[in-house]
Amino acid sequence: MKNTLSSEQIALGIRRRVFEHCIKNNGAYLSQACSSAEQLAWLYNEALHLGDSIAPSVPEEFQGVPSSSNKNYKTGAGYNGPITKDYDRLIFAPAHYALVAYATLIEVGRMSEKGLSMFNKDGSSVEIIGAEHSPGMEMHNGTLGIGLSTAAGIAYGRKLNKEKGETCVFMSDGELQEGQIWEAIQVSVYYELDNLWAIIDVNEQQVDGAMADVLDIGDINKKINAFGAKCIEIDGHDINAMRQAKNENHIGKPLIILARTSPYKGMDFLKTRYPRLHYVRFKSEDERNKMNIEISKELGIEPIIY
Amino acid sequence: MTEIVNKPYGNSFKKYASQNKNILCLSGDLTSSCEVDTFRDEYPKQFVSMGMAEQNMMSFAGGLAMSGFIPFIHTFGVFAYRRPYDQLLASIAYPRRKVRIMGFLPGITTPAGMTHQAIEDIAVMRTIPNMTVIETGDATEVESVCEQADSIDGPVYCRILRGAVPRLFETPIKIGDIRILNSGSDILLITSGICTEEALRARAALLNAGISILHLHVHTFKPFKEEKILDLISNIKLGIITMENHLVNGGLGTTISEIISKHGLSKKLIKLGLKDTFAHGGSKQYLTKYYGFDAYALINSIEKFIGQKLNIEEKDLEKVRIEDVHSLSKAEAL
Repeated sequence: MKNTLSSEQIALGIRRRVFEHCIKNNGAYLSQACSSAEQLAWLYNEALHLGDSIAPSVPEEFQGVPSSSNKNYKTGAGYNGPITKDYDRLIFAPAHYALVAYATLIEVGRMSEKGLSMFNKDGSSVEIIGAEHSPGMEMHNGTLGIGLSTAAGIAYGRKLNKEKGETCVFMSDGELQEGQIWEAIQVSVYYELDNLWAIIDVNEQQVDGAMADVLDIGDINKKINAFGAKCIEIDGHDINAMRQAKNENHIGKPLIILARTSPYKGMDFLKTRYPRLHYVRFKSEDERNKMNIEISKELGIEPIIY
Repeated sequence: MTEIVNKPYGNSFKKYASQNKNILCLSGDLTSSCEVDTFRDEYPKQFVSMGMAEQNMMSFAGGLAMSGFIPFIHTFGVFAYRRPYDQLLASIAYPRRKVRIMGFLPGITTPAGMTHQAIEDIAVMRTIPNMTVIETGDATEVESVCEQADSIDGPVYCRILRGAVPRLFETPIKIGDIRILNSGSDILLITSGICTEEALRARAALLNAGISILHLHVHTFKPFKEEKILDLISNIKLGIITMENHLVNGGLGTTISEIISKHGLSKKLIKLGLKDTFAHGGSKQYLTKYYGFDAYALINSIEKFIGQKLNIEEKDLEKVRIEDVHSLSKAEAL
């Protein structure tokens, strides 16, 4: 796929799209777009070697869950292109970022705008928490902490098969509270899975508020390095820093990029909601209106008509 | 004299898995305990040591399946679902990954007590959509379980017997089948796993007492082919006894009671097994007696159905087969 937009432009498009959705629907996982827009733009636009989408531009309706009688079952991985030996594979771990993932798919031309109008509608595959069958997803990650282990399993298998393609996990820092993540790092280091890499959106947020107030997990860079993975910490809104981090030598080790981000980057007015940013639902019509005017200004768009 | 087969799983797994390079042998730090140590030594490229990290092991196995491999997970049954239940569902069951979970030391076949005894695994596994559930009951079934499990397009959980295992059957396991061990008309006895060997201890004594027992052995809990036994249940005169190395709730007894109620069959059912209780550590013969699902408990249940004493004593039953606590067939005294 030919890149016509820069990753910076795509990131802005993601913020605008998720913001518009939030105003129109009176709520959304908005802060996740603020923190992760650059990472997802960069992943799809530059970092990942993916084939063209093989899924329908307008997502199909829900086709049923996997079962022996459901022969037509497909995951949403087709939006990331075909699964081949040479292409990279993306595991999208924080399923709560689904809206941001869908906005990204639209911005990079892998899904029609119509896809977003199906968001969280009954009978739709474009679910609020990314399901296996949701666009861009390949597995259920709504239970946080299973993504990295799964990716490690894929990477191990791909290594045995001598495949060129890498396996990448997009993660969020909240899930580092789950013990399974550390089991996964442990096993990836032991098996020298250097065909595995992750970028973690370190926005220091979780449902109850700021991670430091809920359960502070300390110096994660030090911890991950101590576990033996190659860990690099960057400004998660600096795409150049991402490019450099990805180029770091990590022979014999998985690479984990800590992208330090702000949960209101590009929408400073959201700061008024800090520290409860996990899901932004407007408390009053007045707040919705004020947010609409102020944040639209920041994003360089006219206020959203709703 | 019953033939005793030494390490039927270890030998048959090696034979089966060595023929298919896509099979990977995963072990959660229980390699010799699950009899796959010689496979590890002879086929190191097909062996993946996962350490004591079951949550990761389940999701990792899902990932291996996503890259075209067929993981056979080896651990004690209890560690395959209690700690990593969420991972079992999200990474294996929902997406129907072809992962074969080999659960060793089912029920009270371990002296290691509550933490090691999988007493509700069948109840848990049979309620999980997409899961196939098998329990082996003799050496022949253990020897043939790998191939049968691997024929399933989806995840499979198997209760595996290890060490010195008796050979009770001539024909290999066939998923969905139910074995008829004895035909009769008074009482329908349905057993599974080690309880089949235990029930057979009472066979001669019951024959002498003139009780006509229809004895079935169940190895496939899901899919359970109820149509194969509907007529047998309908036609039995006195009642049904189930005997399982598991809680009486959620396993074999419950399966049969569901069939009885679904089809409106008016039959009495006595469920032998662990009755809503955890167990403690001890030998198999001690625990089955203590918790009331040994051959003698079976005699007592039959007496309830016929309404009279059979005057069968312990000494009239076939001798219990006692396994050595320490033997070359086991990695440790567990």
